[in-house]
This record gives sequence, structure tokens and C-alpha cells, in this order.
Amino acid sequence: MEAFEILWQTSFWVAAIRIASPLIFATMGELICERAGVLNLGIEGIMTAGAFAGWITVYAGGDLWTGVLVAALTGAAFGLLHGVLTVPLGLSQHVTGIGITLLATSLTYFTYRVALPEVTSPPKIEPFQPWAIPGLSEIPLVGPALFNQTPLTYLAYVVVAVVAWMLYRTPAGIAVRAVGENPAAVEAQGISVTMIRIGAVMAGSALMAIGGAFLTMSAFNSFFFEMINGRGWICIALVVFGSWRPGKALVGAILFAAFDAYQVRLQQVTGGVIPYQIFLMMPYVLSILALIAVARRATYPKALMVPYQKGER
Amino acid sequence: MTPSSGGEAETVLRLSGITKRFGPLTANDAISLELKRGEVVALLGENGAGKTTLMNILFGHYVADEGSVEAFGRPLPAGEPRAALSAGIGMVHQHFTLADQMSVIENIALGTQRLFSPRFDKAKARQRIETLSSDFGLAVHPDALISDLSVGERQRVEILKALYRDARILILDEPTAVLTPLETDALFATLKKLVASGLSIIFISHKLHEVMAVSDRIVVLRSGRIAGERRTSDTTRPELAALMVGGDIAAPAVTEHAPGGTMLELEDIHTAGRAGGAPLDGVSLSLRAGEITGLAGVSGNGQAALAALIAGTLRPERGAMRIGGETINRWSAREALRRHIGRIPEDRHAVGMIGDMNVTENVISERYRTRRFSRNGFLDWRSAETFARGIIDDYDVKCPSPDARVRLLSGGNMQKLILGRALDGDPQIILANQPTRGLDVGAVAYVHSKLLEARKRGAAILLISEDLDEVLALSDRLVVISKGRLSPPSKRGELTVQQIGELMAGHGLEDPSHAA
Amino acid sequence: MRLEAKPAPGLAATLAYPLGAILATLLIASLLVLIAGASPFNVFWLVLKGAAGSQFALVETLTRATPLIFTGLAVAVAFRAKLWNIGAEAQLYIGAVMTVVLGTGAVAAPSLALIPLIMMCAMLAGALLLLGPAILKTRFGVDEVVTTLLLNFIVILFVSMLLEGPLKDPMGLGWPQSKRVVAEAQLPRLIQGKRLHFGFVIAIVSAVATWVILKKTVFGYEMRAVGHNAEAARFAGIPVNRVLMKTALLSGGLAALAGFSEVAGLKGNLTLDLSPGYGYTGIVVAMLAMLNPLGVIVAAIFVAGIFVGADAMSRSAGVPSYIAQVMVATALLTMVTAIMLSRFRIRWR
Repeated sequence: MEAFEILWQTSFWVAAIRIASPLIFATMGELICERAGVLNLGIEGIMTAGAFAGWITVYAGGDLWTGVLVAALTGAAFGLLHGVLTVPLGLSQHVTGIGITLLATSLTYFTYRVALPEVTSPPKIEPFQPWAIPGLSEIPLVGPALFNQTPLTYLAYVVVAVVAWMLYRTPAGIAVRAVGENPAAVEAQGISVTMIRIGAVMAGSALMAIGGAFLTMSAFNSFFFEMINGRGWICIALVVFGSWRPGKALVGAILFAAFDAYQVRLQQVTGGVIPYQIFLMMPYVLSILALIAVARRATYPKALMVPYQKGER
Repeated sequence: MTPSSGGEAETVLRLSGITKRFGPLTANDAISLELKRGEVVALLGENGAGKTTLMNILFGHYVADEGSVEAFGRPLPAGEPRAALSAGIGMVHQHFTLADQMSVIENIALGTQRLFSPRFDKAKARQRIETLSSDFGLAVHPDALISDLSVGERQRVEILKALYRDARILILDEPTAVLTPLETDALFATLKKLVASGLSIIFISHKLHEVMAVSDRIVVLRSGRIAGERRTSDTTRPELAALMVGGDIAAPAVTEHAPGGTMLELEDIHTAGRAGGAPLDGVSLSLRAGEITGLAGVSGNGQAALAALIAGTLRPERGAMRIGGETINRWSAREALRRHIGRIPEDRHAVGMIGDMNVTENVISERYRTRRFSRNGFLDWRSAETFARGIIDDYDVKCPSPDARVRLLSGGNMQKLILGRALDGDPQIILANQPTRGLDVGAVAYVHSKLLEARKRGAAILLISEDLDEVLALSDRLVVISKGRLSPPSKRGELTVQQIGELMAGHGLEDPSHAA
Repeated sequence: MRLEAKPAPGLAATLAYPLGAILATLLIASLLVLIAGASPFNVFWLVLKGAAGSQFALVETLTRATPLIFTGLAVAVAFRAKLWNIGAEAQLYIGAVMTVVLGTGAVAAPSLALIPLIMMCAMLAGALLLLGPAILKTRFGVDEVVTTLLLNFIVILFVSMLLEGPLKDPMGLGWPQSKRVVAEAQLPRLIQGKRLHFGFVIAIVSAVATWVILKKTVFGYEMRAVGHNAEAARFAGIPVNRVLMKTALLSGGLAALAGFSEVAGLKGNLTLDLSPGYGYTGIVVAMLAMLNPLGVIVAAIFVAGIFVGADAMSRSAGVPSYIAQVMVATALLTMVTAIMLSRFRIRWR
């Protein structure tokens, strides 16, 4: 059975971890937003903007880490817009989020055309290269997958740890969780609900943008239109699947990525008997199935999508 | 009258000329108030008298239109809960402000440590909480999740929150509404210890006996104004009662008359819980024509489930339900309406009315499918508007037109619309769930008169209220609910308040076969 | 700051808010035009001329507005009931698939029978496609935003599979495209030799019918009640879940008509670029119309005008035509803000 042999290929696991990386960033970003009570459907557009911002910075001569920083700032800016519209103004988080996605995407395409009016195929940059961690990367199978990746992949794992620590072990994180559970509890303790929520949405959006930048600066070396291709929406499903917990969401992202890497290889193994579109559909179908599986026992942050007004209880 | 003429106790809090308007309504009208060190001042008043608004201004949730607040001799900036907290003012809200899925420690220490410090110092917080708990008799497990705590424990967490921040002034908003009499006693004991340690307390309540038991001084609010101020030792309950209601509104006159036949009968009903409250656990009850059955109890003991059951939004898991002698098999809100049950829901904003629809659209919501309001799938808006105008006139609803959005109406006018909708067609069974909560005195009297009118024409009414005085004043029969079980019904005046209190605490209700 | 409900503004004020939103959008777009190195006045003038400056331009704008009216209506209906249908794109494609399946010779009938049959089947397909997420929402509590969004990707891949498989045009020189629909299945042109077709008329009729449903019928009333406050609706005995299902059917059906009308009226066959995001743009159209079906007509023509005008402008002024999409997205955000400001007053203290 060739289908099972895939699981023993080093390249499969390397690919799985690589595919997981942008999802991890963006999932953590969405998780922070939702933990603070704000659904951020701007994710797809923010990832697009981040992918472009990081890439164009490097193309314009910046170094790679400056690119990551610019991407993060771009994401935070869109996060600020989403935050201001949905938190103090209390606009529908659904509609605003879709609006942010449309805006971020179209602004990105517009800027691309203004910046590079003549080009027919997008120019390439020198992306992040894998850093082999001495010793660890020589472990068979696991080594190359986990310890011979680009620095951005390592950063993704650091981000999970930081987000988990922050949410459960720091005063700010406790405030974020509280604001997503019962904003009145936060207000009564003298902390501004608006500030915490907008701050969380900005931080989360910055992570989403870095997730997008991973694609142009680590996974590939160039920017293409529609390269996010629904990854943002999948991350929203992953947050639900991970029950709003960083650790579980990480596991979900890796499982998902492994499945994605698997279907690509399975496609080659089956040699065109099954239309390739069936395989490409699988990630999206899987996301829906995952949502159905966990929906019954999902415990949403209680104040998710509930706007808060001072003095209102 | 100047309290504490000895003059040695310093004034810790001074409110001067506080005025707050919400649209046409003046919730607070030039209210001035002083609080001395080590003093318990009771803020007494009916629902809607402006007590909670005043305290929300003090705590910075609202900003007053006029007037100022001074704490420990320094002016308090308006609209900043943080300033109130750091000035040493702590508030225990009527509806707890706790995050359910978080621990006691996290809830208490929230906002007390530097927001961006890299680590939350749990050990320090735990130690301090434990000290405070033992000092003031506020036992609670620091690592427990709030969702696992009882209502009494949650209130202790709220008080600890204030003490943790070194509150010197503690405001308690209707703290006993959710407590059993036993828990209330424990709370009062804690308050005594706090006062002894030098705290000053504002105790908000509409219950005379509590106010008399706990305070040094009583300030009575009526319709947003100070109606009077008395030293507790110099006043009597009747005097306070007169100040509260202004003397011009008499208690509802309930004339004795013999009840008619059974209209609705519940037999050994078991249900799921509702709204975080207890499930019904073997409830039997009959509602008789021309009779108001009052349901007393501490909130969360199954009132929500019983109300939902009768309203048709909850189906029994076990047990029989009969209406007019006929056993009900299929039960739904629509079925309840088809069988002429008039329903007044507990929460008029969230459940009773659709705020963003207009008056006409709201009053037909229970009946739009009948031939009176629709034909062949099309609504008859003219007939609907006539109906709306009828209710507006009959129930004296103050609104610009039937096209006005309901959100813009006051609570009292909304409740009148709900009454008009529920009582249309003279229902034979009426569910009145907290029908007067948050209404001003005039509106309360109006609702009471409508319920008594319905009783007179022979409706069977179930009155659910957290306000024991209301239940006692209106009911022909009283049942007490505790942990989803009902006490046997007692006639008007048969039980003392003390006995009712024991039933509310669940004493004597262990065996469901006792139930009526 | 705090938001306070305020009475509904008069007609003039009601119109002032959307106009303010459009003005704000133009200001923001001007900034981008300046960055792109062009003169805003010149650019907007070219957009206007390109959208409505000639009979050709006007016809083109109305043609482009046709699918947007359908998807705008689909979104407006769903959002009224707070059913967040972000999947109009998928429903559009399913409608198009149905049109091709029935319209390329599988059924032989005269136009008057064939076109209504295809319309009904296309609507049914779109309706059923949205019924899935609606059932998942009501039965399992799965957020329909994510499911409808993901379905967009699934359906596009499904269409791609069909176009390379069973629906592939053998004469298509290897391009993934379907056969052309037969003459009897084609919608007539409204003006001889111009692209504007009978689909536009169907769109207008659909908008009026949707308006009647929302304003005058029991179902419309139920839909609005559920959308404004589902809990209160449930208490009043309105069958909330059933209303959501019916809303899904109506919304999905309307979106599918966009696909039907594009294939049967304009393109003649199905390709993977049938819709440049009409489903998503429908959200903007619906919000600009404040979810009013008659407003959808105006909003769709406005948005279509921006797209058509920007295409023309881009050719002559050299500002990328993506400016149109930026304007449309900005208009969505400024519009929802304007709607909020028309209902609430901001009190800073």
C-alpha cells in the first residue's frame, strides 16, 4: 500500500510542518481576538496584506526580519480599524470583518499594481532559509521535520508558547480572557474594555499578517494574487476545533497540515484515477467536518460577538 | 438632620446635587448624600426610585449631568471606575460582575497587578485572599472556578474583590435579592465585622426589615428624589413605608372571593433547567380560576423553568400537564397561545419585545397568524395598526405613534404593551413573571391593578416574583419554590415571613410527595 | 463614550447618511489616486464617463449590475434574518451548473417552457446548497459564516472538476469550459446587438417580489422578527428554525439566479471565471442598500458603475482598476458606520 508509505517519508513530515506554520500564526491571532470577544473575519484579507507587505519590503531592499515587522504592523493597522469599528462603535462583527477582508485584499492588489505597474510575473526575493539545529536535526524522520526549518517556523512555535503563557499567566492575558467572558467584570475592576479588546484585536491581526508573510517569505519566494486561498477561513475553523485553547489549536493546525500534505502526495500515488479537485477539496471539507464534530461541546467565550457598553449589565 | 452630631467621625464620601437624566426621565434629581467613617447608610426605595443609577454614577459607570462626588475630601473625576476604585470605593453589583470560566483568584486580582508585567503573581494574591477570607468570615476556595460556586459564594467573591483593593467604602446593591435568609444573616455578620474594622457601607435595598436590621441611618429615595432621611433608631417601618411610596398610592386592595375550577394542572413535572437556574424536580401545582397563585423563592431555584414551561418554551421531560381538564401532549409556545395563556415574560427587553421593531409589529407577534391579522400569507397591516392603537389608548402607553421603535420606549411603557398583548382576548390563564421589576411606583400599581382585574373576571394567574412583599400583597395562595421543588400551597396570611424564609431555604421540601 | 438610541430620522436625514458614506469613500479613494500619481477629479470624471457617459457605458453598467442585484438580494434577505450567508458565490456557480446541465440539450422544449424550468431548477440547487449550512447552524450550532465561506472554495473546485470532466466542451480546445446552452435556453437581449439581456428584467422583478415578501407577508415579518431578536421571536411562538430554513432557501435561490442569468443571458457557457466575486460584492450591495430589496437595485447599479467606470478609467488614466474594489470595500465600511450613526447618538461622556 503506497498510500501508507507516505507517512514514512521525511519529505512528507517536513512539508506538513511547513504547511502548518502560517496556519499556526493566523490561528493564534484569531484565537486572541476571539478570546477577547471579537470575531475577526478580516483574517483572510489581513493575511493577504501581510503576505504582500513582508514581501514588498524585502523586494524594496529591507532585510527579512524588517519584512516580518512591516507585515506585523500592517496587520495591526487593519486590526485597529476592525477594533475601532466593532468595539466602541459596536458594528456587526460579521459584516465589518468581511469588509476588512475586502478592503485589505483590494488595497493590497491596488498597491501591488501601483508599485509594480510593468511586471508580468511577480519578482522573486531571497526567502528565509532553513536553519538546521545541530544534533536534533539529524534524528531520523522527526529531526528534519521539526529541527531543519526556517526561523519563521520556529517563531510560530515560540508564538504558541508565548500566547499560552500570556493568556493564562500574565495580568494582561487574564484581562483578555475576562473581557471575552464578561466585560462587566473587567470594567468593574477599573480596566477599559475598549482598550483591552482593541489591543487584543491588533495583536491578533499582527500575528495573522505574519502568517501571511510566511507564505511569501518562507514557503515561497514571491507574491501571487489569491495566494491565501481560504487559509484564513480554515484558521477560524481551527480556533473552534481547538476549543479556544492555544495548545489544542496547535495540534489541530498540525493535524490539518499533515492531512493537506498527505492529500497532495496521495494525489500523485493514485495517478489521476480520482480527479485532483477531490483532493484539493479535502482541506475545506475536513474543516467543516471538524466544526460539526466539536460544535456540540464547544464552549464559546461567553461574550464572543457581544458588543459591550459601559454601565450596561 | 445632621447625623452623628458628636462630629468626631470624618466624612468619607460626599455626593452633592447629583442629577441624571435619561431622555425624558430624570433618574436622579439633585441628590446630596454624606457617608461617615464606620457608618452603614441604607439607601431605601422602590424599584425604579433611582438607587442603582446613583450608585452607578458614584462608581463611574455613568456620568452625572450635574453635581459632584467627593471621596475622603478629594473630588472624584466623573465616569472613571478606576478612579473610584483607587479612591477606595468598592461596589458589589446586583448582577455579579464575574467571569464564569475563570478562577476566584483571577477574578479578584484582575486589574490589581501591572497589566504588562510578564507574570501574574498568583501566590501573593492567594495569600492575601486567604487572609481576608479568614479575617471577615468570607470562606471561598481561591482556585475554584466561578461557575462551580453557589450564589452566596459568588457574592463573597464580589466582597473580597473590593476588600482586596483596600476599599474603605463598600456599596452593596440589593445584596440580599439572591440570598436565602440564612445566607443573609451570614452577610450581615460579615458587614458588622467590616464596619468594626473602619469601613463605611452603603446598603441599597427596598426591603424594610433588612434596612432596619443593618443600618445606622436610612436615606429614602422616591422617583429620583430624596424623600427623607432618618436615623434608624429614630424611625419605624410604617414611617419608612410611607416615605417610600409617598403615601399617595395605596397597597392593592384584594377582596376575598371563592376560587373557581382548576384551569391548569401540573402533576409531578420534571424538566431541564433554564437560564442557569434549577430544573423542576417533581412539581405539582394547580391554578384555579379567579385566583392569584404567588410563587416565592430565591432566584435560580426553578422559577425560570416553571415560567418557561407554562409559557410553552420548555417541554416537560416527565409528568402530566392538563389545561381545562385536557391532557397536553404536544407543547410549544404556539400551543400555549392557542390555549389562551397570557404570558408576561421576565425580561421585557430581551424576550418580551423586539426593540428594533415598531409597536405595531410587536403587539401582533403572538397572533399574527390568525385571520384577524393575516390572509393567505399576507399581513393585514391596517388591522394590526388598529389593534396597536387600541392597546396604546386602553393601556395609556406613552409613545409617539404605532410606528415608533419599541427600543425608544421606557420600561413601564414597554410593560404596558406586553400587558396589552398578553391580556388581549381575556386569557383564562396568565403567567406573570417578575411583572413589575424595574418599574416606577406608578407603573407597578398599574400592573397590579390589571392583574387584579383579570383575577376578578376569573382568570387563573401565576405570579412569580423575587419581591416577597409583592407576592404577599397580591396572592390568594402562596407556594414556595426551592431547588426545583414546591412547598404545599398555603392560604393568604397562613404563614409568617419567618416560615416562608425557611421554606425558601429548602427546609421541609426534601420529600416531593409533600407537594400540592 | 456611549451609544444612545435615537428616533428614526426623517427622509432627508435618512438619505444624508448614505450620501455621507459615499462622500467619505470618495475622499479615501482620492487619497489613493493621489498616491498613484493621478488627479482625483480627472479620475472620478473618467469613472463617471465610463459608467454612464454613453449608451454603451450605460448598457454595460446595467449588464454588470444584473448579477449583483441577484446576489445583493440573496444577502439582503439572509442578513435580515441574521443568517450570515457569505456563500452567494457558491450558490451562483451551482445555479450556473444547473443551467448548463439542463440547457445544453439534455431537455428539449420551447423557450417559454425551458427557461422557467431551468430557472426553477437553478433556484432549487442554490436553495439546497444553503440549506446545508442552515441545518448545521440550527441543529448543531455550527457558525454558518465559516461553512458558507468554505463551501465557496469547495464548489469552485467542484465546478472545475465538472468542466474538466462531464461538462467539458469537446470543442473547447482543452480549455475548461462547458458547451454553450441551446438557443431555446438563452434569454433574449433587451436591445438588439447590445449585451443587456432579459436577466435584468428578471432581476428587477425579483427585487420587487422580495420587497413585497419582506414588507407585506407573514414570512417576511417572521424573518425580520427572527433577525432582530431570535429569543423574543421564539417566545412569541415564531418557529425560528423553520424561518431560518425558509430564509436559506429563498436566499440561496436568489443567488443561484445570478449564475443562471449570467450563463443563459450573457456568457452562453460556464467557465471558471464566470463570476469575478459577485457573491462577495453582493454583501456590499446589500449593505449599501441597508438590506432594502428596492435599494439593492440602486446599490447594484452604483457598484456596477464603479467597476465598469474604473475599467474604462484604468485604460486611459493608468490608475489600476483595483481602485474600484477598494472603493466598494470602503463604501461597505463607511456605510455600516453611517447606518449605526443614523440610529444611535454618540455621547462622549
